[in-house]
Amino acid sequence: MGVVTPGFQGRARSGNPRLPPGQYLAEDFPVLSAGPTPRVRTETWEFAVTTEKGDKHTWSWAELMALPSEKPTVDIHCVTQWSKLDTRWRGVAVDTLVGGLDTEADYVMVHAYGGYTTNLPLADLLDGQAWIAYEYGGKPLTPEHGGPARLLVPHLYFWKSAKWVRGLELKTRDEPGFWENAGYHDYGDPWREQRYQGD
Amino acid sequence: MARTAVSGRLAWRVARLAEFRDETPTARTLVFDLPGWPGHLAGQHVDVRLTAADGYRAQRSYSLAAPVNGDRVELTVQRVADGEVSEHLTGPYAIGDPVEIRGPIGGWFAWRPTNPEPVLLIAGGSGIVPLMAMIRARRAAGVRTPFKLIYSLRTPAEQYYADELRTPVAGLDITYVYTRELPEGRPGIPKRIDVATLNTAAWPAEFGATSFICGPTAFVETAADILQALGHDPHRIRTERFGPSRD
Repeated sequence: MGVVTPGFQGRARSGNPRLPPGQYLAEDFPVLSAGPTPRVRTETWEFAVTTEKGDKHTWSWAELMALPSEKPTVDIHCVTQWSKLDTRWRGVAVDTLVGGLDTEADYVMVHAYGGYTTNLPLADLLDGQAWIAYEYGGKPLTPEHGGPARLLVPHLYFWKSAKWVRGLELKTRDEPGFWENAGYHDYGDPWREQRYQGD
Repeated sequence: MARTAVSGRLAWRVARLAEFRDETPTARTLVFDLPGWPGHLAGQHVDVRLTAADGYRAQRSYSLAAPVNGDRVELTVQRVADGEVSEHLTGPYAIGDPVEIRGPIGGWFAWRPTNPEPVLLIAGGSGIVPLMAMIRARRAAGVRTPFKLIYSLRTPAEQYYADELRTPVAGLDITYVYTRELPEGRPGIPKRIDVATLNTAAWPAEFGATSFICGPTAFVETAADILQALGHDPHRIRTERFGPSRD
């Protein structure tokens, strides 16, 4: 236990078992980004998966829309301490996009319009754990929340759910992405409070 | 930022309140004694953790308001309605009381006095805090980097650092924008930042300035969009959004 600050009471204890350590419930949907919001037109939008052998598979917006979609309802946890429960999304499971590929890769570098990158193990994107999401709360995803499409990996801190996603680069070695280079954790499990390198 | 020794940098340290200054009726600058502080860059932030007697903890991120100064760190905390941390820190939290702090965090939204290009700072409300650290870092380093600050406020009474910003500084131009209430005697009507404001008060795009924008999400979106429309390179626009997340 840390040092007690005299007189500090804190909010009523929720004891909510769905709230990871150090998180609190947000009523709204705060935004965390490092730069301006890219405005990406679906007419020119393209999503690419490249393997470590250099094989490249691409999807246009129309092709993504033609793939079977899922409607996950998930809890999300931002490293800036807010959490939101029961958020409703629609998107294409990453399994659908990479499930059939020939790859030895264990890691993925996620690329986004605007230049953002983030890294994570490939296993964390499979088995129904991650989606390329294009609807939130029943409506098209707005640019400030990552539209037209963002990665959704709700079991990791939300910076891993790259906004404006444009590709997955499958890699045999793990390398840090944008925030990870700036001192954030390579994996980012909210339940183990892996906020920063060394947590 | 180096990827080594981060665990040491991000160890929780006990900080004690050394002094405080009220900036407005609802915002307070807290000056902490923080032995072992490793130093920081202007623009970086810290995590502050409060622990109650029963072990309950609450943790929030706050921008550093001043450049590095030995074991002293300054934060300015805006009281938020129903904000469990900010209500304590701007109220009963007293001289000598401990909290835990770790950091510094974030090397992206940071300004180094060795950066030669002009700087544009755009603040929305309490978004002034990390930008004030940059203004103070410029002064402390004795550099002449051209700075412009555009500070958007709802009312004059909500301004932070009023006395300090009133004193003219060579090479620092300040433009105030008031969205709800103008200062006594100022002509015009309250308005939000718009293309005209930034076209007049910001550096021309061809100067290659680095822009730092900090404030509520909608404010930051607007300012960044306008700068891009005026031809600023998006890679030179750095943003820090203060989510409206209640605390």
